[in-house]
Amino acid sequence: MNLHEYQSKRIFAKYGIAIPGGDVAETPAEARAVAEKLGGPVVVKSQVLVGGRGKAGGIKLAKTPDEAEQMAEQILGMEIKGLTVKTVLVDEASAIATEIYLGAVLDRANRRVVLMSSSEGGVDIEEVAATTPEKIIKVSVHPFLGLRDYQARILAEGIGLPKEHAADFIKIARGLYEVFVEQDANLVEINPLVITEDNKVMALDGKIVLDDNALYRHPELQAMHDPSEDDPAEVEANEAGLSYINLDGEIGCLVNGAGLAMATMDIVKHFGGEPANFLDLGGGAGAEKVTQALGIILRDDRVKAVLINIFGGITRCDNVAKGFLEAINTIETDVPFVIRLVGTNDVEGRQILADANLKNVITATSLSDAAQKAVAAAKGESA
Amino acid sequence: MSILVNKDTKVVVHGITGRQGTFHTEQMLEYGTQVVAGIRPGKGGEWATRNVPIFDTARDAVEATGANTSFIIVPAAAAPDSIIEAADAGIELIVCITEHIPVLDMVKVRAYLDTMGARLVGPNCPGLITPGEAKVGIMAGHIHTPGNVGVVSKSGTLTYELVYALTARGIGQSSAVGIGGDPINGTNFLDILQMFEEDSGTEQIVMIGEIGGTDEQMAAQFIKDHMSKSVSAFIAGQTAPPGRRMGHAGAIISGGEGTAAEKMDALQAAGAQVAKIPDELADMVAANIS
Repeated sequence: MNLHEYQSKRIFAKYGIAIPGGDVAETPAEARAVAEKLGGPVVVKSQVLVGGRGKAGGIKLAKTPDEAEQMAEQILGMEIKGLTVKTVLVDEASAIATEIYLGAVLDRANRRVVLMSSSEGGVDIEEVAATTPEKIIKVSVHPFLGLRDYQARILAEGIGLPKEHAADFIKIARGLYEVFVEQDANLVEINPLVITEDNKVMALDGKIVLDDNALYRHPELQAMHDPSEDDPAEVEANEAGLSYINLDGEIGCLVNGAGLAMATMDIVKHFGGEPANFLDLGGGAGAEKVTQALGIILRDDRVKAVLINIFGGITRCDNVAKGFLEAINTIETDVPFVIRLVGTNDVEGRQILADANLKNVITATSLSDAAQKAVAAAKGESA
Repeated sequence: MSILVNKDTKVVVHGITGRQGTFHTEQMLEYGTQVVAGIRPGKGGEWATRNVPIFDTARDAVEATGANTSFIIVPAAAAPDSIIEAADAGIELIVCITEHIPVLDMVKVRAYLDTMGARLVGPNCPGLITPGEAKVGIMAGHIHTPGNVGVVSKSGTLTYELVYALTARGIGQSSAVGIGGDPINGTNFLDILQMFEEDSGTEQIVMIGEIGGTDEQMAAQFIKDHMSKSVSAFIAGQTAPPGRRMGHAGAIISGGEGTAAEKMDALQAAGAQVAKIPDELADMVAANIS
């Protein structure tokens, strides 16, 4: 789960990381009120969960409350990469002397949280990593020791931070690591961390990506979730205990197991088709889950054929076949189905399908066979 | 010969009284695995399915039964504790099936295990099997057959696909290990490749990887530097869109690290045979035999 900039910054503030004064607004009038309260120039920032807000015109400077209202008027309701802006953050404008990058991320290879800093703040850090990797300084944190001050000093020295700001920087680095660990994050980023002309060090922007698996122990973070930015089909799938991702193609995929689901997408593409989705039924799925999954897949009217690929381990093929027949009874469709059932109770499952004698059902044996038949069926050819 | 588990393996099941725990205990016993104990705090002294004795703690179970392997199938919130408890009780091999464990919990668990010398397989994995001897996992036992192809994989169902195709061709497996698809796990490809290389009962190896992380690239380096046995590989997620999580928490590509193409190139350059589609894997293995 991703947090909005204003949510991230409010968390930062609780951990002693300085942020500009400001508040959120959902109407131009509210934006004006915030600007009046702050006094002086402000920045009006769209709150959507995508990068590149500035380039898209979603971040504007306003010198007066009048201007703040106008800017909010422009930004609220605008679309940025398919997301509608419903909230803006109105922050005090800062006179920036220096922009720094500071972030924490999980390093899978070393199995540690890594803190990274760079003198190249305010730009895309992936870009810095690609072009000038030597400008990114990293320290790796032992989980039993936590971030030590000397490690923060290594970062400060590595990015050439002026000595008079070292104490502030160490405090912020420590706060950042605490946010990461206590909130169960996968990524915490301050970009840019700025030194203002009046020598304050503060987080001008903020990004937190949370570990979904740990949300159960953070009800207050769960409450921050903004479902309006989620794909409705993905939300429905999630509630049904399915793992689903909407893609652009024409072949719906219903598979058990994440690896097999990915491989099924790969093989569809290999034979010239485009997958319409990733869908992992999970282990031990019964009829109900299959019905829900098919409902979600078939609601996408770009789907021209559905490939059902089940390798029964804990999942029983006869249950999947029964679920399929139930679903077909409730959903009216003439989309062709290519079904491959292998593994636990596959003979029974295939028999159930054969007995039903449906005209838009094609059975397949191997994975390649199934993919080829699905690609042909989507093109309106019979394989 | 085989790796990690065999007919002498003595298993203690953590979470034996749960629905899944009961079912898989029965399945493992039917396959011939010695399940000697179960753990369910508060029910010590009682009996689980098939008269397996229940203990309150792993320490009690190990003392009373000589269990040397843990099979953990408890909820995600309890799993880190179970893993550490098993290690503290002197268990040498800990197999954790549980999925959705918070990643920072695993950072701590793994750091602790490394100080104890215990081996963890998983979490979020199907477990492992030595066909004809023992399975400590949730895979369907009947599709496996004893032989000398070593299998190591991040994906349960893709492993079943491969094993099924091998068995259908009359090709058996020495051991099949599911290492799981989480970003932090106990055992990676490199560890298992090393064991298969040293195992006299394994003649060639199949590895099934996934997008995300750099485990497969490290395996490639190991294959290049240290392996004499042939390795055939497949990487799932060649068409996955960047930045999206594909079911396995580890299967996410961001910042260009860990794409399928990178991994396939690294393995190819290291001398492994790389399949474009999973169906080709069994053919590659068969061709190596003839």
